[in-house]
Parts: sequence; structure tokens; C-alpha cells
Amino acid sequence: MKCQRCDKQAAFHITDLTGEEVSSVHLCPACAKVYLEPQQAKTVETSSLISMLSKQLKVGQTAEQLAALDQKVCPICGISFFEFRKQGRLGCPHDYTFFTEELEPLIVNIHGVTTHKGKTPTHRSISSESQTQLIQLRRQMNEAVEKEDYEQASQIRDLIRKLESGESL
Amino acid sequence: MSLERFANQVGPWMRGTGPQSDIVISSRVRLARNVAEFPFMMRCNDIDRANLEASVSRRLREIPLLGECEYFNVSSLKPVDRQYLVERQLISRELADNNGARGVFVDRDESFSVMINEEDHLRLQVMRSGLDFEAAWDQINALDDAIDEKICYAFHPQYGYLTACPTNVGTGMRVSVMLHLPALVLTKQIEKVFRSLQKINLAVRGLYGEGSQAMGDFYQISNQLTLGKSEYELLKQVGDVVPVIISYERKARQFLLDGSREDLQRQVLKAYATLQRSGQISSEETMHLLSKVRLGINLELIQAIDIPTINRLFVHTQPAHLQKLRGSEMDTAQRNKARANYLHSQLEQPSGDSPLS
Repeated sequence: MKCQRCDKQAAFHITDLTGEEVSSVHLCPACAKVYLEPQQAKTVETSSLISMLSKQLKVGQTAEQLAALDQKVCPICGISFFEFRKQGRLGCPHDYTFFTEELEPLIVNIHGVTTHKGKTPTHRSISSESQTQLIQLRRQMNEAVEKEDYEQASQIRDLIRKLESGESL
Repeated sequence: MSLERFANQVGPWMRGTGPQSDIVISSRVRLARNVAEFPFMMRCNDIDRANLEASVSRRLREIPLLGECEYFNVSSLKPVDRQYLVERQLISRELADNNGARGVFVDRDESFSVMINEEDHLRLQVMRSGLDFEAAWDQINALDDAIDEKICYAFHPQYGYLTACPTNVGTGMRVSVMLHLPALVLTKQIEKVFRSLQKINLAVRGLYGEGSQAMGDFYQISNQLTLGKSEYELLKQVGDVVPVIISYERKARQFLLDGSREDLQRQVLKAYATLQRSGQISSEETMHLLSKVRLGINLELIQAIDIPTINRLFVHTQPAHLQKLRGSEMDTAQRNKARANYLHSQLEQPSGDSPLS
């Protein structure tokens, strides 16, 4: 197969999953390098993350499976997998738990391992569950403030403080 | 609160002191942290951002070390002032260009800063002149512990500190060292060095430019991976490679001296003369010429100027600094003229003195 941009032999067969639609291109090494070169607006890191993710998803997944995966939405922050895939940024700490199946291979790809080694918070260590509850409570508190229900807001505020000090609800 | 108080001092990374400071400009450690209570920036609306900035800055002010800092509300700063902080490496370009509520604590000595609402809720950074990772780590570790007393960090028992981008997860730590490598550039060996660094998972970036296009031959080397290695291992990973690159740069410098000392000296003196006498000069060309002169000073090919002065000129000839020095906003053409005038005033020769003496 010939390169789509020049007459050389195509060596890279790229399936682009970063846009709205899935597309395929066939390029020689030189043109592929230009094609894969990060765009100005994105940082090198983000774009390599996105292409890494695309490559990883391409393996063993049908278009339907990918489309279904894209619809998956985190119940806490509301980010869809499609949005993460496009922007390379997660929406909340819970995403690491909610999308764990999809993220693990990516994390292995980036870091080679999946387990943290190093310092841990010393003073205010609380469970992942409590951390997720914190985000939900804060949102409920904001809604209460908007409705001018200050009594409920202050009750929620107390719950937040309780969680933050390491107690569970 | 004033930005102007910084104008008469130089930040630690341009002081030109510390171990190996002829090649190592500065050592930097940064930590990415998020507050458990809030979603990551991507999912924060304007109200969340404002609440986050207000509540985090209030709690951080209770920490004595941060209470003594200057706090800048970045969203209310003029673009030229944001750029000024970027040029001094106190904030990232991302924080300068973001929208919505955001801020930064800046140490009065400019040795550390804490950004709020960057890519992550918190970005802590500590800078030291020359090669000095241990001091940088000790300070940032203590700062991180103090913040941890006030704020509940997003942390996962398996993944460590959780970050908006999975490339930073785990320690959230980026260790970087800024090196001046003019001889490796002149001898065209720099690409080879980069390729070997990438193989061992180290990233290389130019100082102000994007990608591998470095202005003034300044390069920043940092760890690529943040997960699965302890902070000490990451410090060691970057720390171990620096002496190797220093020795390559020294060899390249010696090679240039042995091969064509006169030719090199001619280039250095020509660069110096151009800086002194231009009627107008761009930022890029200034960096390029200052780099030549800096190499010349370190190789004792020119005596008219010292390293601290040259380091200061690298920063003060940047667009926002020129405008702050002048006290008015200028377009590119005006800046190019003002830059030439400024260089002329800083590099003026006492009559009869040759730059060689």
C-alpha cells in the first residue's frame, strides 16, 4: 500500500479515534511523523496521551464497543469516557475507580506499573468513599445555598467537616 | 501587595550561584495535588472555581510560611503582569492563560510558589540556584505536609495522589533541572543526548519555547514517570543523569577550545558587540547572543561581564520585564528598540576598556 500523502510505501496504518468520527490513514514513516506531530494548541504530553489511549483502545474492540464505552458517564462528575478521550483530562477523583478497567492499561502504558510508592498524606487520610461523598455533599450544599435553604446548607457543611476530619457518615 | 517589589531582586534560578552553576542554572521540584472536596478543574463551573480559590487560599494563609507570601489574584492581574510572573517562572503559562478564579502564593525570596486552579487544584513548586535537589525536596516536602494539615487531598491507596491527567498520578512529582548547553548545540550533539535521555524515561524541553526548540540553549530535563517510584528514587533518577550531561557539555566545550579557540572568541566578542550596539533587537536574537556571551564568560574568552549580570539580562530583556522596567505597555517594534537601549545601558564600556581586558 502506498502512503496517502506521498508515493512511498506506507508503513503506518493509523486509526484516528480522537475526533467525532473514526478515520483511518495509511502513511510512510516520514509523513506519519508529521501527522502524529502534536498540534500547537495541545501540549506534547496531552496529545501523546490521547494517541496512546487511541492505540490501546483500537486493540480488540469493535466500533460498537467503542461507541458504547464512549457513552459511559461517571455518576459523580458527569464526565463521559468520550470527553476524557478527547481532552486527556479526568473529571474527578472517582473517575480513577469508575473507569478503572479502561484506565489501568493506559496507566501501565504511561508508567509501566499501577501501584503508588512514595509518601502518603499524613494528617488527613480519609477513605476513597468518603472523598467521593465530599464532592456530592459540596454540590448539595451549593444547591441548598442557591435555594436559600441555609439551614440545610449548614447541616451539610457539618457533614463535610465530619468527613474531612476522618470520621465516616 | 506589589509586583514591583520583585523588580529589584533576582529569583533563585537566575542568581548564578550554587553547585555547578556554570552549566546548571536551577533545580526545581513540583507537586500536583487536588482537594478531595471538589471535582477536577475540567468539571468545575465558575462558581466551583471561585469557591475553590477562596476556600483554599483562606486555609493556606493560616500556614505561617504561606501567610508571609505575596498572594496574587491572577484573574485580576493585567496580561502584562501575568506574563511577568511567567517570565520569572513563578507561574505556569497554563495558569496565566486559564479563565476563571485562580491565584498564586509567591515567596518573598521567590524560592517557591503555590498555584491554585492550574491544571490541578494545587501546584507547589520550589526552585534552587544550581544543582541542589535535596534542599528543594526538603522544602517542598515540608510545605506539602503543612498544607496536608489544612486540606484533605484526593488520594487513592493504590494510585496515590490523584491528578486530572493520569500522566501525573502517584507522587504527582516532577523533578527538573535547567541546563545551559551551548557547546552541545554548537557541536550538534544535543539531539543524540536527548534521544538517550528519552530512552531512560526522562523528558527534555526548551526553556521558553515549545518542543525541542530551546531559546538561548537552555534545556529542562525532568522525570517522565510519576507512579511506582518513591520521591527519593525520582530525585535520584534525574540527579544521577545531570553529572553525565555536565561532563558531555564540558567535553564539547574543550573540543571547541582545542579546535578553534580564536574562532570561538571572535564569535563571542561579535555577539557581545551586537548586543551593545543594536538599534533594535528581538527577544529570540537577544537570547541567542546572550547564550554565546555566557559560554564565552565560562570559558574565559571575555572578561567584560560576569555571570550574574548575564543571567539577569536573560530575564530582564523578556517582553513583560521590559515593559515593567519602562513603566508602559509597548508593541513588538517598540520593545525591540527598548530592548536595544536597555542592553546598551547595561553593557556600556568604561572608555578605553576593551571587553577582553
